[in-house]
Amino acid sequence: MRLADTTPLTSRRRFLQVGAATGGGLLIGFSLFGCEQKKPADRKTPPSEKAVGAAATAETNRAPGLAPNAFIRIDRDGLVTLIMHKVEMGQGTFTSMPMLLAEELGVDLAKVRLEQAPADNNLYSDPMLGGQVTGGSTSVRGAWKPLREAGAAARSVLVSAAAQTWQVDASTLTAANGAVTHAATGRTLGYGELVDAAAKLPAPKNVKLKDAAAFTLIGKAHKRLDSPDKTNGKALFGIDARLPNMGIATVAASPVAGGKLASADEAKAMAVKGVRQVLKIDGAVAVVADHMWAAKQGLAALAPTWDDGPNKAMASGALVADMMAASKKPGAVAQNKGDAIKSLGQAGRKLDAVYELPYLAHATMEPMNCTVDLRADGCDLWVGTQVPSLAQGATAKLTGLPLEKVKVHNFYLGGGFGRRLEVDYVTQAVSFAKLMKGPVKFIWTREEDIQHDMYRPYYVDRLSARLDAKGMPAAWFHRVTGSSIMARFAPAAMKDGVDPDAVEGARELQYTIPDMRVEYVRHESPVATAFWRGVGPTHNVFVVESFVDELAFAARQDPLAYRRQLSAKSPRLLRVLNLAAEKSGWGQPLKPIAGRRVGRGVSAQFAFGSFMAQVAEVSVGADGEVRVHRVVCALDCGQVVNPDTVVAQMEGGIVFGLTAALWGQVTFDKGRVQQSNFGDYRMMRINEAPKVEVHIVASTDEPGGIGEPGTAAISPAVTNAVFAATGKRIRKLPIDQAALKKA
Amino acid sequence: MPSLTINGSATNFDVPDDMPLLWVLRDVAGLTGTKFGCGVSLCGACTIHLDGEAVRSCVTPVSSAVGKKIVTIEAVGLDPVGARVQDAWRQVDVVQCGYCQSGQVMSATALLTKTPKPSDADIDTAMAGNICRCGTYNRIRAAIKIAAATPGTPS
Ligand code: FES
Ligand code: FES
Repeated sequence: MRLADTTPLTSRRRFLQVGAATGGGLLIGFSLFGCEQKKPADRKTPPSEKAVGAAATAETNRAPGLAPNAFIRIDRDGLVTLIMHKVEMGQGTFTSMPMLLAEELGVDLAKVRLEQAPADNNLYSDPMLGGQVTGGSTSVRGAWKPLREAGAAARSVLVSAAAQTWQVDASTLTAANGAVTHAATGRTLGYGELVDAAAKLPAPKNVKLKDAAAFTLIGKAHKRLDSPDKTNGKALFGIDARLPNMGIATVAASPVAGGKLASADEAKAMAVKGVRQVLKIDGAVAVVADHMWAAKQGLAALAPTWDDGPNKAMASGALVADMMAASKKPGAVAQNKGDAIKSLGQAGRKLDAVYELPYLAHATMEPMNCTVDLRADGCDLWVGTQVPSLAQGATAKLTGLPLEKVKVHNFYLGGGFGRRLEVDYVTQAVSFAKLMKGPVKFIWTREEDIQHDMYRPYYVDRLSARLDAKGMPAAWFHRVTGSSIMARFAPAAMKDGVDPDAVEGARELQYTIPDMRVEYVRHESPVATAFWRGVGPTHNVFVVESFVDELAFAARQDPLAYRRQLSAKSPRLLRVLNLAAEKSGWGQPLKPIAGRRVGRGVSAQFAFGSFMAQVAEVSVGADGEVRVHRVVCALDCGQVVNPDTVVAQMEGGIVFGLTAALWGQVTFDKGRVQQSNFGDYRMMRINEAPKVEVHIVASTDEPGGIGEPGTAAISPAVTNAVFAATGKRIRKLPIDQAALKKA
Repeated sequence: MPSLTINGSATNFDVPDDMPLLWVLRDVAGLTGTKFGCGVSLCGACTIHLDGEAVRSCVTPVSSAVGKKIVTIEAVGLDPVGARVQDAWRQVDVVQCGYCQSGQVMSATALLTKTPKPSDADIDTAMAGNICRCGTYNRIRAAIKIAAATPGTPS
């Protein structure tokens, strides 16, 4: 595909180009930054070394991304192809993005095809994230305007082409369902019949977007386009890549970070039928075989032993003790409103609490894997990644190949959750591939996946508050202590020692509190950390919403009514709180369950541009076992694109957060991760999943994110419900259920 | 050299007797619809039918499948119950990332074949072995109920 005879839009920025597609048809090139949004710093700047490991900094050295950076092609048969800059990992972008385009273009959704964009950080950078990244609940938020504008522009040139053909005024024409119609004469031409004429026209100077009231697709439930292939085995994930004569390898890295291989019985491994080769790199081995079974047996025969190195004594107890000590020292100031320290010293009821959250593994259903074909003249990767251009850059750096010689073939992701924002498994695979010839698929076992994850950081949070005479917080102090992911991933985002992600959901509250101070203490350990679904808010909303519950209890007030009072200045938060109260039957007694203590809890949050309140109903057995029966989720995420996807993301996000709240933790002993598979890193199952009811507030505000908020809000709703049921305040996750045993 | 009948056709495979079916299907027969999730019978991603019975292929050695009918996700739609399950899955839009869903569809089909009108407790028992990290459980339950209510389910 190539832009020919392009006519740049002359206004403000070169937002849009119209041209002929190679082989016929209309090509619309446009900027993902829209015609009004300012483009952030151009992509000449490579991502930092630390972001993705030293290997990644061979990043792009071509010209900075001039518009256009995204493409739509309309063929002579009226088929529309959108070059998709986002990856699909379950969140439904492969359905919602075409909906944005089809709405303004005036075509049936069935006429829109997707082509996965190649790795190119210049072209496919996300306007909110500043890189070719799918994450942070940004896909729809970033594409909301540009994709609709591009659709409207394409429609406009098609209408102009018809007006020219028929020699009528364009204003007498209508465009819908993939055709332009002249109502006065009853003439109609399909888009496919107009593309060649349209390709010769200049790009429109202005585009007018539909009013929300006129939407026919946006806001209406639409079936996922990937559903059929994901129910018949046809959908391909990275792990399904197959190449002629490909080797299949499985990997063992040193169980202790920084350890080195001490011994390995190569002869024994090679003696296993089907084993082709043993590969050794710094701190890891791989056995390449005809199939995974031989590879696994080969690895067992290889029986690698390790020299554990400097981290051999690492253990959770000491890690946490260190962090506790660090959390007692002053931190970088993230928020300072009024004088919280002084105010805390004044008369009134004072509360202090320390909260703790554990290291968490991502445990995507599809274990880490990467298929590599490294040749002297180039390298192909078959992989599921949230960051195709980082995978490309890392490979170029490791192999010395020019960037354009590295091709990334991206697949459906069997879960992302932040894990596939990292390219450690790609760089490892490429490092192994350098030691051999021919294509190989490297697959991590589940044990490898859990024990060599990059973990959601451990956090220690110290909070203090003073209540005024009415029981409302007059002063609020919150100090967050933990590893900084941003400092590694996007150091430019660090400001005055504050990691904006680590304090997201703590720094700005929708609640009105006169004196407020939030601090951040960066504390690193040898444990590698990374983003995890819900990022900052998953940690902070738990802490803040638990502590607010403590304040309400101290003030002898109903926790929901207390939050309503605090939210008086946030009408959108107030609305979701009221909606959750109404739909959950807040205030009405819960049905008793024989032998179990029942309770209801609430949480509220503003995160990822969306407002949310959740009410959870739980019961606690005599043995302390916590069951969550029902969750009511009230959500205002602005304009909804595909309401069913929003509901699905809430349902899924809630299960994800619940799994962590009830059972999730990664611990260390002798430098090693103690969990290994789903037996000891427990996942919620169908018989444990609550009924989730989602209520969406109708809104035409800018769309908010939906992939992550559900995960963040659920844990405090549940722990507050546990408090209501048992009188025990949960200040540490996962919930220590044994401690809830009936005395 | 074990001979296996996979989705109706018999083939000889030059693989060791103790090799789990999962890897025979994926790496030798090229049927990648059956997924690897845990390798130790804890997640259900690798579920297939062995003579109509839902089994975890990651712990089922080829030797125990010889002489039996193996059905995978690629062919389960040829079975009327399987087709109804797939339809219901699409009606409800169960899938998210989709990685676990081959196994979910196989487990649900086996359940409905044996128990055409399953209770919630039946669904729990039959489906608790299938993890969905994306948390599609509410919809899996709804889809099974729709499939069960669809006319034509043998009773
Ligand atoms: S891969 Fe077989 S049960 Fe998990
Ligand atoms: S749909 Fe992603 S694991 Fe089930």
